[in-house]
Amino acid sequence: MTTTDAPKAAPPPTGKRRMGDVVFAGTARGSGILILLILAGVAAFLIVQAWPSLAANTANFLTSQEWEANVRESPAFGVGALAFGTVLAAAIALLLATPVAIGIALFIVYYAPRRLASLLGYLVDLLAAIPSVVYGLWGIGFLAPQLVPVYEGMTRYLGWIPLFAGPASTSARTILTAGVVLAVMILPIITAMSRDVFHQVPQGHREAALAMGATRWEMIRLAVLPFGKSGIVGGAMLGMGRALGETMAVAMILSPSLAVSWNLLQSGNQTIAGHIALQYPEATGYGVSALIAAGLVLFAITLVVNMGARYVVARGNKES
Amino acid sequence: MSLTTTPPPGPGMSATANDLRRGSLPHHFPALLLAATAAVVAGVLLAFSSFGFVLWGLLTAVAYTVIVVTASARVEGGRKARDRLVTSLVYGCFLLAMLPLVSVLWTVLGNGLARFDPYFLSVSMNGVLPSMDAGGAYHAIVGTLAITGMATLISVPIGVMTAVYLVEYAEGRMKRTIMFFVDVMTGIPSIVAGLFVVALWIILFGPGATNGAAGAISLAVLMIPVVVRSSEEMLRLVPQDLREASYALGVPKWRTITKVVLPTSAAGLTTGIMLAIARVIGETAPLILTAGSSAVSINWNLFDGQMMSLPVFIYSQVRMGGAVNYERAWAAALTLILVVMLLFFLARMIGRLFAPKAR
Amino acid sequence: MAKRIDVSGLNVYYGDFKAVEDVSMTIEPRSVTAFIGSSGCGKSTFLRTLNRMHEVTPGARAEGKVLLDDLDVYGPDVDPVMVRSEVGMVFQKANPFPTMSIYDNVIAGARLNNRRMSRSEADELVERSLRGANLWEEVKDRLNKPGSGLSGGQQQRLCIARATAVKPSVLLMDEPCSALDPISTLAIEDLIHQLKEDYTIVIVTHNMQQAARVSDRTAFFNLSAPGKPGRLVEMGETNQMFTRPEKKETENYITGRFG
Repeated sequence: MTTTDAPKAAPPPTGKRRMGDVVFAGTARGSGILILLILAGVAAFLIVQAWPSLAANTANFLTSQEWEANVRESPAFGVGALAFGTVLAAAIALLLATPVAIGIALFIVYYAPRRLASLLGYLVDLLAAIPSVVYGLWGIGFLAPQLVPVYEGMTRYLGWIPLFAGPASTSARTILTAGVVLAVMILPIITAMSRDVFHQVPQGHREAALAMGATRWEMIRLAVLPFGKSGIVGGAMLGMGRALGETMAVAMILSPSLAVSWNLLQSGNQTIAGHIALQYPEATGYGVSALIAAGLVLFAITLVVNMGARYVVARGNKES
Repeated sequence: MSLTTTPPPGPGMSATANDLRRGSLPHHFPALLLAATAAVVAGVLLAFSSFGFVLWGLLTAVAYTVIVVTASARVEGGRKARDRLVTSLVYGCFLLAMLPLVSVLWTVLGNGLARFDPYFLSVSMNGVLPSMDAGGAYHAIVGTLAITGMATLISVPIGVMTAVYLVEYAEGRMKRTIMFFVDVMTGIPSIVAGLFVVALWIILFGPGATNGAAGAISLAVLMIPVVVRSSEEMLRLVPQDLREASYALGVPKWRTITKVVLPTSAAGLTTGIMLAIARVIGETAPLILTAGSSAVSINWNLFDGQMMSLPVFIYSQVRMGGAVNYERAWAAALTLILVVMLLFFLARMIGRLFAPKAR
Repeated sequence: MAKRIDVSGLNVYYGDFKAVEDVSMTIEPRSVTAFIGSSGCGKSTFLRTLNRMHEVTPGARAEGKVLLDDLDVYGPDVDPVMVRSEVGMVFQKANPFPTMSIYDNVIAGARLNNRRMSRSEADELVERSLRGANLWEEVKDRLNKPGSGLSGGQQQRLCIARATAVKPSVLLMDEPCSALDPISTLAIEDLIHQLKEDYTIVIVTHNMQQAARVSDRTAFFNLSAPGKPGRLVEMGETNQMFTRPEKKETENYITGRFG
């Protein structure tokens, strides 16, 4: 293609330069295509390796709550309970993190002193720099013991709500604790997306609100939040994608288990990612293949959520 | 001035004059109130000898908000009170987010210092029983350097060249496709990247093959999209004039890119790459699956056998569960955080000091 | 409703930079006052100090006195929010809220002060404001459509309706026609003529014909030298300013011999 076009456009003085252009452009293009191949490879290898266990599975893979995969014949396993735990943990994280993230973004863009704003922004970004395994360590080594009395108090006063029914776990290593840690981890993502969109609110809209006598909050309500809605939703969904796939914090806080429970203060739930990390070292027989199948489900869920997020953000950008 | 006679104030007029001035709290009221509330709450907590910084902060914030909103509602009216309430909440959100940051850094520092010494950094766990008061993280540091180094060597050329392709060459559908799939790749959960390499390795080398190279490839899968996105952004900052000036001199495109575009954005590219390294250097889950979690000795060979890394070291020590194991885990966490923070700040400094003045 | 504005010794700063120096003037109620002058001479900056909108720009501050009738806008216990509901503003670029309908745009400001406005009160206010802005006939059948669907001139009149719905006594207009075609400009100028029955109107314009057409009094701003603060050169009856200006500087500007 390039070789047929080049002589027509501008005949290069020497053949050597044209070679350089062809090789360099080819390398750049090749890198782009390699990325597509890697991604295709991720999907393909996961499917190929998941297939043996899925074919041999005697239980319903999507709904079953058992995990009898470490056998040489007729395994029975499913991701029912794990998918429930995954979504529950991510939902808790999202519910806790989104309002706080919006508040932080508003603070940095509209409330903090100008000179400090970018510095304070870095501090929030630092939350994203802390490795997840350190969050996990902090979760079991520091946060969970602090939460034990809090959970006891919650069962005493809020125990009539099934979510908080007693008796509370004595170690506080429960799905709520995991959700709190996940919330901290996804805070920077949602904050960053909200900040970006708040920065983009046209000055005209903000001034229009202020000029008719709006207070700062009324200006935010009239001009900023309606404009930023899609960015906030997109950011929340990206955060959810991260929370769904987050492994270490969950694997370290929750113990291996396969229950489906709405109770947030008792142990029992586990997520797909946590399950894979905990089970992998002991997997035998069909075990590894079954875990790869579970990973495929996780991949699919996060893919859908992330693509949804991009779609929401892109549509919002088009509208404005 | 020409205005010598003021018209007698009509009834409507004095009403609006009142309106403009309708009560407002003194300018320093919030600051004084905050100080007073903080002092009173501290006093009460000390009196009941249950002082804690978090509790103190929380109670002060709540009491301050309640008082300031009530006072404002009385003096300034509902709209102003709502504004003050939101201001308090917004400040509160930020402080709330600082709580875990400070807490994580504080606990890691407090617990990690006990074992964080030259001995810990220079010996491995070879021949050390898990419960013995000995051993260190040297083998994990070696593994982290080797694995992350190889992952960087893989992802930087692919990532930067893809960014060059996207910014300088690609058009139409191909460009959109690659950009879309880079976005998709950004969202791959780290454990799925690990499983991918597990699946690949089973096909290539049979079941149970774990080594550092596998870990490096799984990290590269996570790192490539980050490098692409940040490099793309940096390359786009290079002014079009520079490229055109170079073309006008008869310099071919590829020389223009390697001699003008890439050097101009070098600082930005470096910042992006360092942030990408900082992101993957703490990855744990894919390494448990690919490089193993039970290596105890120093292993520089990426292609031969299990390889420990700092994050996996933390995890495996926690799984052992003894007091000494936790001490090792905290010390390793301190090491890891120091490395990450160092990368993070160096990256920001480079970005700030050498950024092209494009804006 | 309309009020007199009395400015004395006003200085405006952006950080350390003094943008406007020592301006004193009286703006008569129920009249149109035009501010003219070259770009960057501080006339828009000065306009924004009249309702304390300059405070929105970080680092901007003003010294001096701005009396609205006999109340100092910069008085110690005066809330800028209340000032702005008394002194409304229309901007260079029409800026209706994109997510709101035409109806909601008009009522947005009035709702802030009166949350429990009844449906019929609101309907009436919307109709009155839109009629006042000469827009009612054009939009009465699509009040629930987004305001961003209107033409540029209609959007600008919608913004005027939105500003008057708050019932201010002064309307500030910052080059309201500079983004509009001649026909829409004419519609706005007609509207300004009608509005001066009820409001004190201050308009910043780049277009001297426009100043001559719409205003009763004109104020000419200029920089004393490049990089120096802007100041008020001369102010007087529009007729006189355009035919027999007192200062040479004004004459040069008006006759196009500027420099």
